[in-house]
Amino acid sequence: MNILFLINLSYVAAAILFIYGLKELGSPATARRGNMLSSAGMFIAVVVTLLDKQILDYKWILLGVVIGSIIGAFAARTVAMTGMPEMVALFNGSGGLSSLLVGFAAIFLESNSTFTLITIILSILIGGVTFTGSMVAYGKLSEKISGKPVLFTGQQILNILLVVGIVICGVMFELNPDNLNFIYGVIALSFLLGIMVVIPIGGADMPVVISLLNSYSGLAACAAGFAINNIILIVAGSLVGASGIILTNIMCKAMNRSLSNVLFSGFGSAKQIAGAVEGEVKPISAEDAFYILEAASNVLIVPGYGMAVAQAQHVVKELQELLEKNGAEVYYAVHPVAGRMPGHMNVLLAEADVSYDLLLEMEQANPRMESFDVAMVIGANDVVNPDARENEASPIYGMPIINVDHASTVFVLKRSMASGFAGIENPLFFKPNTRMLFGDAKESISTVIREFGS
Amino acid sequence: MEAIFLTFILMLSIFLGFELINKVPASLHTPLMSGANAISGITLVGAVISAGEGNNTFTIVLGTLAVVFATVNVVGGYLVTDRMLAMFKKKEGGAK
Repeated sequence: MNILFLINLSYVAAAILFIYGLKELGSPATARRGNMLSSAGMFIAVVVTLLDKQILDYKWILLGVVIGSIIGAFAARTVAMTGMPEMVALFNGSGGLSSLLVGFAAIFLESNSTFTLITIILSILIGGVTFTGSMVAYGKLSEKISGKPVLFTGQQILNILLVVGIVICGVMFELNPDNLNFIYGVIALSFLLGIMVVIPIGGADMPVVISLLNSYSGLAACAAGFAINNIILIVAGSLVGASGIILTNIMCKAMNRSLSNVLFSGFGSAKQIAGAVEGEVKPISAEDAFYILEAASNVLIVPGYGMAVAQAQHVVKELQELLEKNGAEVYYAVHPVAGRMPGHMNVLLAEADVSYDLLLEMEQANPRMESFDVAMVIGANDVVNPDARENEASPIYGMPIINVDHASTVFVLKRSMASGFAGIENPLFFKPNTRMLFGDAKESISTVIREFGS
Repeated sequence: MEAIFLTFILMLSIFLGFELINKVPASLHTPLMSGANAISGITLVGAVISAGEGNNTFTIVLGTLAVVFATVNVVGGYLVTDRMLAMFKKKEGGAK
């Protein structure tokens, strides 16, 4: 009794640390401490659980912890910042699989009430969907499988059948708790469902999917908490679930689309309704770009996924310093869905040592766009597409964008004229004040930097 | 009664989560996500219980595997978040 009280008291302490840690994550100045507090909460929760005298076999737990720590620490140390979305997807999947296993193991503990059995099924279902969904997301992000949406007729019907199948297996299991075949059925169908819900989503929508799966992994932990009657799992799981849902919502808003539209429409495959694009593309050499930049006193840099692909963040920072030495003010404008996960660009720029107070959010950058002599678009495309503002026929019409075309001159650094991830024409490239700097972003910027040196 | 109690806790935590996360600026969304992700590794606690309480080989295997995956989630998540956050710095004289 006494030890049980102590354990629950420690869970309260852990919950406070999680909550306070999340609160501190709200500001760059305190975020690191917040993360430490949160990990301290986790440490306490795990250690006191081990103290529980019910727990007999330490050697299996230790073995699991050692193996898991080695894998986790190795992955966390070696991952490149550009690979962060893939990493998060893998960790998500790992958490989901763990929830599934906890739910599965809970079947064999003591006798279970109907309520517990339902939560066990939920924990297996959400855990399974999170696991395979994250694996598919990982495959798409790392380009191991095609980023294109996979759509076929009857897809929705198949998904509904899968859900019905899971419900039937679940109900049958409630009625025959000794027959494990129904649980295997739930696991198999959940895995299949996880794959089915992520394959129709295009690569450009990955920030939404990652956020949503993050939310699922929290909900899976929550369900596992219900299955084994553990409060700390429920509290922590629902905090994560809420955080994932909010991020999902922010991402959807930033793309001016509803969640169901992202999940079911296979956006990336949408056919372009041809809007006549006027004007011509004006390529520019790095040398000419240098002369314009040298004369500029206000420069705005708009990074996108292309910057991550070209690993150009460090040369961008170098260019920023040269421009500042030259007397110019340099700012960065980051669109909420730039990159492959929420806040992806900010992490890359932070890696390159760019001060975070130079980063403007879209709402801050747009009103002062006219004051910028040069807006440099590095590997971004759809988030600066004026069609979102002007062309009602465009699939992205209504999406908030960074209005780079309002700056005096726009440089677009791009590998070729190929359209962006969403497969949409971009009239920005044809505007009279736009200059295209073709080639690898990193090399183009390096050339400009060399010009500064000479 | 137990079910109601747990559901009550669930509701409160969800509302608290919404309040907390809404205040996080967009620039910190990636660390927030990987940090939250690490917290979702709280299933480790559940996994520890399952692995420890296991009285047959099958539950021990399930529990131990659950511990492995949850630890990957927790250790990896926290370390990678810390690595990211260490890079978020305000530079002297960077901006006015």
